[in-house]
Amino acid sequence: MLERALTGSQQYYRLLMGLLILMGMGFAAYLYQLNTGLTVTGLSRDVSWGFYIAQFTFLVGVAASAVMVVLPYYLHNVKVFGRITILGEFLAVASVTMCLLFIIVDLGKPMRLLNVILYPSPNSILFWDMIVLNGYLFLNIVIGWNVLEAERKGTAAPSWLKPLIYVSIPWAISIHTVTAFLYAGLPGRHLWLHSILAARFLASAFASGPALLILLAFVLKKYTKFDAGKEAIDKLSQVVLYGMLVSIFFLGLEFFTAFYSNIPSHQHGLKYLFVGLDGHGKLVPFMWLFALLALAAVVLLINPNTRKQEKTLKIACLCVFFAMWIEKGLGLVIGGFIPNPFEQVREYLPTVPELIITIGIWATGFFVLTILYKIAVSVKEEVE
Amino acid sequence: MESNRRSFLKIGGICALGLGALPVTKALARKAVPQVSEFPEALKANQWAMVVDMKKCWEKAEEDCKDCILACHQYHNVPDIGTLKEEIKWIWQESYHDTFHDQATQFNIENIEHNPIMVLCNHCTSPPCVRVCPTKATFKDKKSGIVKMDYHRCIGCRFCMAGCPYGARSFNFRDPIPYIKTELNMEYPARERGVVEKCSFCTERLARGLFPACVEACRHGALTFGDITDPNSSVRKVLAENYSIKRKPELGTGPNVYYII
Amino acid sequence: MKIYNAKLIIPGLLIFVVMATFPIWYNKGTAAPPPEPKLNTPAIQRMAEKQCVLPKDQMRTEHMQLLNEWRTEVVRNGNRLYVAWDGKEYNMSLQNECMRCHSNKSEFCDTCHVYAGLKSGSQPYCWTCHIAPKENK
Repeated sequence: MLERALTGSQQYYRLLMGLLILMGMGFAAYLYQLNTGLTVTGLSRDVSWGFYIAQFTFLVGVAASAVMVVLPYYLHNVKVFGRITILGEFLAVASVTMCLLFIIVDLGKPMRLLNVILYPSPNSILFWDMIVLNGYLFLNIVIGWNVLEAERKGTAAPSWLKPLIYVSIPWAISIHTVTAFLYAGLPGRHLWLHSILAARFLASAFASGPALLILLAFVLKKYTKFDAGKEAIDKLSQVVLYGMLVSIFFLGLEFFTAFYSNIPSHQHGLKYLFVGLDGHGKLVPFMWLFALLALAAVVLLINPNTRKQEKTLKIACLCVFFAMWIEKGLGLVIGGFIPNPFEQVREYLPTVPELIITIGIWATGFFVLTILYKIAVSVKEEVE
Repeated sequence: MESNRRSFLKIGGICALGLGALPVTKALARKAVPQVSEFPEALKANQWAMVVDMKKCWEKAEEDCKDCILACHQYHNVPDIGTLKEEIKWIWQESYHDTFHDQATQFNIENIEHNPIMVLCNHCTSPPCVRVCPTKATFKDKKSGIVKMDYHRCIGCRFCMAGCPYGARSFNFRDPIPYIKTELNMEYPARERGVVEKCSFCTERLARGLFPACVEACRHGALTFGDITDPNSSVRKVLAENYSIKRKPELGTGPNVYYII
Repeated sequence: MKIYNAKLIIPGLLIFVVMATFPIWYNKGTAAPPPEPKLNTPAIQRMAEKQCVLPKDQMRTEHMQLLNEWRTEVVRNGNRLYVAWDGKEYNMSLQNECMRCHSNKSEFCDTCHVYAGLKSGSQPYCWTCHIAPKENK
């Protein structure tokens, strides 16, 4: 089936070329970082994780969201999702690929990466994260590929695939739960030290992932003969709506606990993010943009008229995606380090090389996604 | 044909297995391993601990005494990067207000809020940095209770820095060697780009029967070092006679650096 | 027998052969002389019996394993004293023990490492952290 990725329209090649250029730039920037050290990033002694880990965290959510099409289809027999489960699974593959790349570029000694396997440390959540992420990548490649192959041949999917599909459902939950545990178990990091963090992660994932899936479905509809179907899009948009509402609700819970209890250390992180702390507030505009986008998204999605209209739905999905990207991809990870253990505010902003590397990895993800979707769409066009 | 290929694969597999087992048999066949042990003069403790008497430090030290810091950083070839962002420090000063912000009060003894406190790795009894490390590059030494770093194994993921609630860990964002501004200590290595470093309670000095560099350097006896599990140790005596506090005891990390204020 | 696309395949094969054998003919005649690590440091010359931790042949082939074992013993197990096969005691330290005798890194360590073409700068990465003794050159 892979050969279908090699033949395509000129537009398809142009897209791949464009992505390759971005990937090349990212790679060059990474070589620079590798030879100079993480000093080229904006990371510091106090904010020791930044943009890379933030992207990683956000993308784990996007990957986990595949479950939102797989679960209804396989467990509740929601037939309309049958056509797009493959899109969800391949999106998961691309997202997990990006996650792994973001981890690698964040390492100070990437050549020692295999130490994680050579000296397995079950007490470290990062060890489990490696297991669940790689497992999830494997599951989605195997499931997606075999279901597609069966479809091409016009046969039923092999029977051994069923258990894997059922396993992939709780597995999707696990990747985001374990990723939340990276943060939620650290003493002294008050913004993260909440039992609700994993639930928050999942809720935001079920908003941002399906939102991206809707946008991708529209792109496919415009440029290929593949149409996800109105009903599937509508169902997905409802998932996005509920995901978004629950996310905002959970965030509200955090505000309540911090501010009603009036415990300063619990307030500092949130204060830094939304109003600034000790005169520092580089993330404040971003967080208010998040609030604005989230509000706009909810308004557009709650109203059935705007939710069912393609144009407004697209805007709503873009709002959701960027809102959650800011909230989880910027605010949560960076905000967790501010203030530092001495209650001093040391701010962080990514640098240019850091941004280029980040763009390069996103391009890699979209490169993988483009190829996988090309194969999927070609097969589906062929069958029809 | 089919059976031929199969038998070929079988034989090939057995051969590969044999080759793989070669180093194992070699290791087993080796003659009695030479003996390794600690030096006889090594200082031993179940859990090393330090008491920092800030009263002595403040009262007796003339303005700006940094003997302990200099001694430590010189001894361990700690670089001076020169920026707040990439600062590397094993023992350093923070204000009372920032160090004990949970115990800071508006009407405290005059000036105490701005007085310096010597801070370093607490060599916790239950260290979160060790818990989160994915390679056991940082580990709790069972023999001495010291939280050690294995710079050869660290992958530079900086999870320990997120895990440490004391800000005791520094990351080598760049090659540190050009930034070692003190005289090189030829007996101790430097670190390389991409690993995390921190105070080691001078493991290498204890092994040769010497107290940590900072303890030795302090002219005012403000630093007491000893075994916290031994009721007759110097640290226990000082603690029995003075009121002391620890940093963030509520986190359950069990810090082993005590402060007399 | 007819080869399809011979026009492309044969030049392609030729290019492959040339590239695959490139290291052989490129370096022909320029082979470096075998290294002769020098043992003429003051510390070694003072020794009555010139004997290293392990017999010479073993040191030559296994010093890296030995260093690795020492590393593990010192860093992870806290053992620093090594009693060798001949009963002599050593402080398991590259910087403080090995280099005490072999204080001529450039003439001892480097000669072989460079010859063997170890990676970047022809040095094992021991020396990115461990400090080599100053040599008077």
